[in-house]
Amino acid sequence: MTRLTRSAALGAVGMLAASAPAFAQSIDEKVNEAFANSTGWFVSFIFSPFPGTTFPWIVMWLVVAATVFTLYFGFVQFRTFGHAIRLVRGDYSDPNDAGEVSHFQALATALSGTVGLGNIAGVAVAVGIGGPGATFWMILAGLLGMASKFTECTLGVKYRNEYADGTVSGGPMYYMTKGFAERGLPGGRFLAILFSIFCILGALGGGNMFQANQAHAQLTNVVGDYPGWITGVIFAGIVFAVIVGGLKSIAKVTEKVVPIMGVMYVATAVVILIMNADMIGWAFGQIFAGAFTGLGVAGGMVGALIQGFKRAAFSNEAGVGSAAIAHSAVRTKEPITEGFVSLLEPFIDTVVICTMTALVIIITQQLIIDETTGLYMLNEAGTAIATVDGNSGVALTSAAFSSAFGWFQYVLALAVILFAFSTMISWSYYGLKAWTYLFGEGKTTELVFKVIFCIFVVIGAAASLGPVIDFSDAAIFAMAVVNIFALYFLMPIVRGELGSYLDRLQSGKIKKYN
Amino acid sequence: MPSKIVVGFDGSESAKRALDFAVAQAKAKGAGIVIAHVLEWSPYSFLTPTELEERHKRRGEELARAETALLKPVVDSLKDSGVEVSTALKYGHIAETLASVTKAESASQIVIGRTGHSSLSSRLFGSVAGSLAQAAPVPVTIVP
Repeated sequence: MTRLTRSAALGAVGMLAASAPAFAQSIDEKVNEAFANSTGWFVSFIFSPFPGTTFPWIVMWLVVAATVFTLYFGFVQFRTFGHAIRLVRGDYSDPNDAGEVSHFQALATALSGTVGLGNIAGVAVAVGIGGPGATFWMILAGLLGMASKFTECTLGVKYRNEYADGTVSGGPMYYMTKGFAERGLPGGRFLAILFSIFCILGALGGGNMFQANQAHAQLTNVVGDYPGWITGVIFAGIVFAVIVGGLKSIAKVTEKVVPIMGVMYVATAVVILIMNADMIGWAFGQIFAGAFTGLGVAGGMVGALIQGFKRAAFSNEAGVGSAAIAHSAVRTKEPITEGFVSLLEPFIDTVVICTMTALVIIITQQLIIDETTGLYMLNEAGTAIATVDGNSGVALTSAAFSSAFGWFQYVLALAVILFAFSTMISWSYYGLKAWTYLFGEGKTTELVFKVIFCIFVVIGAAASLGPVIDFSDAAIFAMAVVNIFALYFLMPIVRGELGSYLDRLQSGKIKKYN
Repeated sequence: MPSKIVVGFDGSESAKRALDFAVAQAKAKGAGIVIAHVLEWSPYSFLTPTELEERHKRRGEELARAETALLKPVVDSLKDSGVEVSTALKYGHIAETLASVTKAESASQIVIGRTGHSSLSSRLFGSVAGSLAQAAPVPVTIVP
């Protein structure tokens, strides 16, 4: 669908909505209620705190894993950062392999699946609830998460399936089964099945409903309020056209525009920071002070920490296993090279882009500070920091950027919609891989999943943010539970590869072409 | 050692004229010709996950198609010309790849056809002929 016809469709939809608002809103309410009721137990389990504390065990699970991988691989994310960049530049790519998937392409595709709402809306949620201090924990989680990503993507390439027709399938399902068998460990198949189930839920949740939901929120911001299921139906139609109809043109346009949007987003953030250069020191002061004291946010320091870690994990997906699926198509003789390349992903996603969002929100003073105490003021419910216009989520980011450049809200709306769309396309693929792992490959089984995926687009757009974001987080973190468990058993394999590769790199046996 | 002439060949009319020109040159000098076809490709382009998955398969198909539909017929047609013919089939930036084929084959000359019209895209991004003139390690002949 061209942009022209899409906007025409939106206009028509707007009129329809105006004629039957009560009816339409009640559909949204019903969807929302049914959804919250049916997923509540799952969410409570994943986010249950350690007994006697308020600290969710899942957050600890992710951070401990990232720390273990960081130490086990001797701070691989810092040692091989430069080499990773040279790999992406193609310095080590054999020119005779031109036409195959390059490191750059694998990274770009994986990034377009992760860079998105987590960086815009997720960060706003983190900073809105956890205060500026959440940024500190977010950056730390991003830096540590680079090691998790390195581990899973190396394994993803090493144990991918290469079929006779030349296509490849990779991901945690495959390293769980093949890697466990290779090490003589039982249970690989069981883990793979469990992972696949959660991956499907994650694809439908964070990779789909959350995206549809926030895209709708953006649209209502720009064109005024109308029922969510309408956005859902339109989005579902476009997604259907791409993943079922094989309409490559839309995907192609998105794949090209998304990176441009990403660069533009960061560039605008940098300009806003330069305009407020005198406040950057203050903002970092708030981030450090908030990281350890909370500066009055709900939950104090722990609240900031939980929010920072949670949103970082949701944004960069390190340890979740999704990236292992995305990266596994690269052409390389050395699986570990894709591991190096993939560790750039949390860096770009979290350490650079998320930090930009957080800094802009802090510097434009969207969060209200009580002048007498210097602490942040909470909203009436006491659940989050009061903001200038009462915004949260993507609206908060939008307000922050717009306070510097009024037109930016339109760019951001477009960016959010495109990011949402590209993330959906990526996750429809991750979900599909898990689905075909469970039910076998074949046109009909694939079509069933794709149709279910499109239905969830509508549900996601219609439900309200609370239940959707809870379920999305829960499903994606459930993937991480299984994936990281498997990574602990498989990490010696990665260490072997790392040692061997670095030795050969040192001795000049790894050939440099450029 | 007899020298070689690299001909950039994409099956178009102007490429055929370039080939005829190169064959005549080769005959006169006793040189061989290398028919080079480059599939436009950038390792920095953006692909969807499904495209990544199928890339290796598609690459094989693209190479096979170029080999059978483009290179083989032209090689066959030159069988009786008395000129030694070889081929090069590569992915990459067209001008840069022609230049690297030339180096690899130690060729002494490059011949390409000119597309004739100056389209908007070649104004914006440069034409193959234009960039080859900059990148070529040996003299380039552009056949109109």
